[in-house]
Amino acid sequence: MTDSDRHIAARAADAYLQLHELGKRYGEVPAVDAVSLDIRRGEIFCLLGASGSGKTTLLRLLAGFETPDTGRVLLDDEDITAVPPYRRPLNMMFQSYALFPHLSVERNVAFGLEQEQLTRGEIMRRVGEILEVVRMGALARRKPHQLSGGQRQRVALARALVKRPKLLLLDEPLAALDRKLREHTQFELLNIQQELGVTFVVVTHDQEEAMTLATRIGVMDHGRIVQVGTPREIYQQPLTRFVAGFIGSVNLLEGRVLERQADRAQLHCDELPVPLLVPWPAGAGAPGATGAAAAGVSAAGVGAALWVALRPEQLRLSRARPEQPYNWAQGVIREVAYRGDLSVYLVRLPGGRELRATLANSGAGSAAVELTRDVPVYLCWEADSAVVGSD
Amino acid sequence: MNARRALLLPSALALGYAFLYLPIVSLIVFSFNASRLVTVWDAAHSPTLRWYVELLHNDQILSAARLSLGIATLNATAAVILGTAAGFALARFGRFRGRGLLSALTTAPLVMPEIITGLSLLLLFISMQQLLGWPARRGAATITLAHISFSVSYVAIVVQARLAGFDHSLEEAALDLGARPAQVFRRITLPLIAPALLSGWLLSFTLSWDDVVISQFVAGPGSSTLPMVIFSKVRLGVSPDVNALATLLITLVAAGVVGSTLWLQRREQRRGSEMRQAVTEE
Repeated sequence: MTDSDRHIAARAADAYLQLHELGKRYGEVPAVDAVSLDIRRGEIFCLLGASGSGKTTLLRLLAGFETPDTGRVLLDDEDITAVPPYRRPLNMMFQSYALFPHLSVERNVAFGLEQEQLTRGEIMRRVGEILEVVRMGALARRKPHQLSGGQRQRVALARALVKRPKLLLLDEPLAALDRKLREHTQFELLNIQQELGVTFVVVTHDQEEAMTLATRIGVMDHGRIVQVGTPREIYQQPLTRFVAGFIGSVNLLEGRVLERQADRAQLHCDELPVPLLVPWPAGAGAPGATGAAAAGVSAAGVGAALWVALRPEQLRLSRARPEQPYNWAQGVIREVAYRGDLSVYLVRLPGGRELRATLANSGAGSAAVELTRDVPVYLCWEADSAVVGSD
Repeated sequence: MNARRALLLPSALALGYAFLYLPIVSLIVFSFNASRLVTVWDAAHSPTLRWYVELLHNDQILSAARLSLGIATLNATAAVILGTAAGFALARFGRFRGRGLLSALTTAPLVMPEIITGLSLLLLFISMQQLLGWPARRGAATITLAHISFSVSYVAIVVQARLAGFDHSLEEAALDLGARPAQVFRRITLPLIAPALLSGWLLSFTLSWDDVVISQFVAGPGSSTLPMVIFSKVRLGVSPDVNALATLLITLVAAGVVGSTLWLQRREQRRGSEMRQAVTEE
């Protein structure tokens, strides 16, 4: 047993799909760079990243369309690294759906079953069943070009699910649908996943999609997984500046450590008239400390440069000067965007930096009346709402 | 200005059509001419089907037509098989060593003067005969080989173009669904590139069917193809039964072209309306 085998065995307890140090280069550029990841049975795992982050290459490595340069893939404790795509017990739903244009809906769905040793009757029964699940039974005899985008998506899903795969890979499953249909399909996808209990690995560049679908998200950047966590963890506790900026909108400030307290620290920021008060992780192992970034922060001494992320919905706007001696800024409203349920305010600080704040539009909106363009305002926030990092 | 333009455009169109089709129309008309002299219209006994009847009894022309048909069919089939393989290599194998050379050598026969192709093939067949003893004599076999050698290029280019626009994820989806590579080719790739194979086949067939120059070089005694027979008859003086033969060929070709155009048009229309219907249904 080598070291790496022991490592895999140690993690096997709750991992269903394991990637171990998986790497793939195109020329000099690593598309996927030593990715290790455990995915649990029955979960919906979203690989989230911008285009070129390597998420699609990673998915293609899982499907077997690409061969990794390094590393191994284990599915249900079985090494499938060298197994060709047509023998892998997993299926993929393609971004373009890749429906066979010369075959009817029924024949498209039956294609996968025809590769197994099944009777005609058994194939037709299972095709009929899965088409009912995706509510496409009535259109079974149509050709793909006779279907709308949403219908094609459901056929593609049925075709991938009919073989009862252990694992379903979905490449941007909703990208080709228009906005209204997308939301509806999202929930439908969740229902089907729960009904059939299949493990999903979803690739998407759409953070909203990842937030709604995923039980866990892996954020990818430059071929590496930079953070893995539940949607809530990723949003509230981003480990790196990149993750903080990539998920949702965020105000990023830079500051230097002035003074450390037990679970707080004061930072100096050039753009603010008062010090920044931020939560301070108490060191590895302590409650509240999360992962590498937190460890990096707790090791930072006085004078160290840190970034501070503030979500727009955590900022409060007021005409009166806040009473607290920290965590506020002064500026002028540059832009107000009314979004129905909320309004977005862009506030320019004296240094030229713009901060974004969102306010819920509840009831008569007394505040909204006086908060218009060119009005001078104060922004303030609680110490606990800030996230710090050192990268 | 407008009035002049209204006159100019239709006359330009008429002139253009006349330039292209008057020779063909006159050929068709003279095929019904009773006179043996092609340039004299025998008003008293025309129109007549005399030359068509004579054509049916002309063994030389009929056997030449049969030979041409056989050569063209064999050529088209072989060219599609070889050309598809070449097209796949060019479109799919990435940047392998010698790809540039293969690409250049595949397209070269398209621009090579026929005289050169014919001459070089003749020299090849003669030296092969001396060195290997095969082909013992030139005839249908050598003509077919010669035709295949240039038809392959056309098929390779048609297939390569079709594969360039081919959605590779269709084949990946089939692999993912458990089909082995050979199955994927038979059940997905082949049906989808079938239109390209068909047009490659028809193109090769036509190229072979009306080739004179190259056939002339590599044919032997007793293996004259239809165009070679027509050509030699014309050299002896145009006989009216050639007009009749040409008319028959033109009718066949025209029927084929018009038929396939209408079929494609109707199919496209139906597809379009089905797609619109699918979108409005949702």
